[in-house]
Amino acid sequence: MTGQITPAPDHATALPRTGRIGMLLQRSEAARGYSLLTPTLLIMTIGILVPFGILVTMSFWTQAGFGFDTALTTANYEKAAERPIYGALLTRSLKMSAMATIATVLLSYPMAYFVAFHVHRNKMMWIVLITLPFWTSYLLRVFAWKVVLGYEGVINSFLMTLGLIEAPLEFLLYSQSAVVITLAHAWAAFAILPMYVSLEKIDRSLLEAATDLGDGPMARFLRITLPLSMPGVISASLLIFIPTTGDYITPALLGGPDGAMIGNLIQKQFGAINDWPMGAALSIILMLSIGAIALGFMAATNFVRKRIS
Amino acid sequence: MTQNDAFISIRNVNKFFGKFQAIADVSIDIQHGEFFSLLGSSGCGKTTLLRMLAGFESPTSGEIYIDGQPMSDVPPHHRPVNMVFQSYAIFPHLNVRDNIAYGLRKQKLARAKRYEMVDEMLELIKLPDYGDRKANELSGGQRQRIALARSLILRPKVLLLDEPLGALDKQLREQMQLELRALQKTVGITFVFVTHDQEEALTLSDRIAVMAQGRDLQVDTPTRLYENPVNRDVASFIGTMNFFDGTVSAINDGIAKVDAVGLGEVRAGNVPSGLRPGQSVCLAVRPEKLTVSENAPEAGSNARGLLENAAYLGERSHYYVRVDGVSQPVAVSAQNRQRADGKAEDKRPVWLSWDENAFVVLEDG
Amino acid sequence: MSHTSYIKRPNRPLQFYAALFLIVLYVPVLFLPLFSFNDSVYVRFPLKGFTFQWYVELMDREPVWAALRNSIQVGIATSVFATGLGMFAAKAITRYRIPGKGPLVGFIMLPLVVPGIIFGVALLVLLSRMGISLSLYTVTIGHVIVCLPFAIATMIPRFEGFDPAIEEASADLGENAWWTFWRVTFPMVFPGVLASLLLTFTVSFDEFIMAFFLTGTDPTLPMYIWAQLRFPKEFPSILALASIILVVSFVLVFLGQWINRDAHAAASKK
Repeated sequence: MTGQITPAPDHATALPRTGRIGMLLQRSEAARGYSLLTPTLLIMTIGILVPFGILVTMSFWTQAGFGFDTALTTANYEKAAERPIYGALLTRSLKMSAMATIATVLLSYPMAYFVAFHVHRNKMMWIVLITLPFWTSYLLRVFAWKVVLGYEGVINSFLMTLGLIEAPLEFLLYSQSAVVITLAHAWAAFAILPMYVSLEKIDRSLLEAATDLGDGPMARFLRITLPLSMPGVISASLLIFIPTTGDYITPALLGGPDGAMIGNLIQKQFGAINDWPMGAALSIILMLSIGAIALGFMAATNFVRKRIS
Repeated sequence: MTQNDAFISIRNVNKFFGKFQAIADVSIDIQHGEFFSLLGSSGCGKTTLLRMLAGFESPTSGEIYIDGQPMSDVPPHHRPVNMVFQSYAIFPHLNVRDNIAYGLRKQKLARAKRYEMVDEMLELIKLPDYGDRKANELSGGQRQRIALARSLILRPKVLLLDEPLGALDKQLREQMQLELRALQKTVGITFVFVTHDQEEALTLSDRIAVMAQGRDLQVDTPTRLYENPVNRDVASFIGTMNFFDGTVSAINDGIAKVDAVGLGEVRAGNVPSGLRPGQSVCLAVRPEKLTVSENAPEAGSNARGLLENAAYLGERSHYYVRVDGVSQPVAVSAQNRQRADGKAEDKRPVWLSWDENAFVVLEDG
Repeated sequence: MSHTSYIKRPNRPLQFYAALFLIVLYVPVLFLPLFSFNDSVYVRFPLKGFTFQWYVELMDREPVWAALRNSIQVGIATSVFATGLGMFAAKAITRYRIPGKGPLVGFIMLPLVVPGIIFGVALLVLLSRMGISLSLYTVTIGHVIVCLPFAIATMIPRFEGFDPAIEEASADLGENAWWTFWRVTFPMVFPGVLASLLLTFTVSFDEFIMAFFLTGTDPTLPMYIWAQLRFPKEFPSILALASIILVVSFVLVFLGQWINRDAHAAASKK
């Protein structure tokens, strides 16, 4: 650790000693580990912890013209509780994400199952192919759905060209279903990974044992495969539900007034409405509700799992 | 400085991982040029002790001296020791030559000189012309030799070997044992060798420390460990041993007369200094020092028993004889000097007999 | 043997479903390049004719080039920072017994899950309170935070994939931590580092929400696209730009994943 680059002296004469910090690092494995983690933790503290603290503080301020009234008050939270629009938007956001989550998990599970159990060659190729879209521009993928679902978009113009419909179907764009479809599609690639991993981990001899003990394919799936892959399903659900609840781009591009979500409202507070403390309060409320639901979900699945086993 | 002139001195070393005590107050001295083995089953602390010598773990308390220098504050890369890892840890991104030359960087040698040294080492480990091979083109035995060469080229004071032969098949292992012993004699470096294979330890070592649960039970030469184990744990870890309870009736010239349960009066060696007549002791005898016969022996010590079980192993047979008052059947090992007739397994009354010096007294009753 | 075992018999409906799944996954995105070559300002069927017009027009736009330069600068800075920090973090996480490791890793991985808008507004609030004006630097900070978990998650399998004894062997042969890192660890994890650079660059290059809150006067490419989405007549050239970005992103990500494929394979075997 001291950067000893000089040629090592003959060991017999003198053993180079390291400094005091070097000694601490040599003796303590934890110290070495922490020293490697420090830069990352520092960045994360500056980038997450500190801003979050200020966000919490600001949520107890109020907007006064172009400045802030820094007297601490719960006015923002009271306002959020009183005005039905906030609660309605939050509930709607949670409901829409829940629907997108359920759709994604249900549709992705068979795919994860297929890759885990029925792909024998080039497994990695499949995984790469499935997850590839997830890494590419979220904005452009949502934009693509706008092109597909638009008033004069792919579906409408296609159906009209075929003569199946007279006028464009209006409900396609600017609706809750447009948002849910797009969210489900956009996060499918992400949902597959944890489910694939937990399916892949299942010892194949367990399935052979179940068959040997008289289970057919369906019973075997329900009694062995599904329960053992539940951890993957649970983490997939949380991995989709939590980020989609606060999504901004999809409802902004595809939601219209009916499909707006809480993220859009938060953005407005920092933009057009220019009430940052209210925006901060809404962000905190969003975080708390997501946290509460995630914890409740995990507790419920834990409870069910214990009851079953 | 050390309290004695041993080359490696391990002084009252303790090591805790959390609450688990991996090493419990171990003190061992190793002499210069010795082939020293740490022998024990897995989890006994032998590898932890070796890693403390290398510097990868530090003692929770106690001190290790190498050539008179305390090692606690010396990091691995400054210690005058080198290690052959259990997995060999051959650098997969380097070829054989660069693997062996790895530690020479600091010596700032000319390339030609470096390669000359490597070629010498390749000659020594009988793998000339292997310099350009990739690490993944090597067999287990070859990797083992390259790991050796990589360490030996640095002329360490001590070479540490962590079960280096464990991954090899039996035939190759026996060949490598001979080579390793010959190599150690050639280079004259102190070897500290970790193994769980008692036969390997007995074949290779000048001295062996038998370890269990973080303690050094006995440190001795192979012969003394086998013939004069200090206690039940050592006796049963190395080879097979029969145990008998008894009471000392007399002690004469280092030989104890013991009234042993099921055997009558027995003479036993290896008498601990504190032993007095009237004390109860544990006696031990190796299976090959007993003889089974169908007729009463004419002379010498003997006892009666019932042949309960026998196993035919080709060159030898194992017999298990039930003796009244002894809980476990007594194991006897006999060379099959005559051609067997297949009747050995039959249950029948037999006689056990033994020579005067067959039994030893164990320290802990 | 494994191919004929009872459990693994091919399942036709499932194969069909998998094929359909992949098609549905990719098709919406494929409409972007399709319409980018369509000779019409309207994005609708029937297709009119084939043209490169929109791509040519794009080349003449100075703001596009400026936004591209901005995005590349931010992307390179982000990927280098995130990968550099992530490499040490991944080593610490895989190699050392550290008390409190679980919660710390959870904390570092938070940006993978927590909605980007929260981090965006939180950072915005911090920066404005500190009186730091928004610029490409502030975007880069936001992107490093978003990309660090990806970088770490990409490199952890690399570290897990090689025997710790190999690093110990280097120390044992006389090299200190610094030289051990450069002579052994870095060459061993290099594919992971390369993959992390490619992936985090792509994530940063395509990132929108942090940039949305943290961009000053210089827009990144996604911000530029966002601004143009308001104007329907700009749609075709945006389609052309989007197609280019998608192709580049796909190639970079595919390369990154491919370089790192054996690490994934090793990790999933565990």
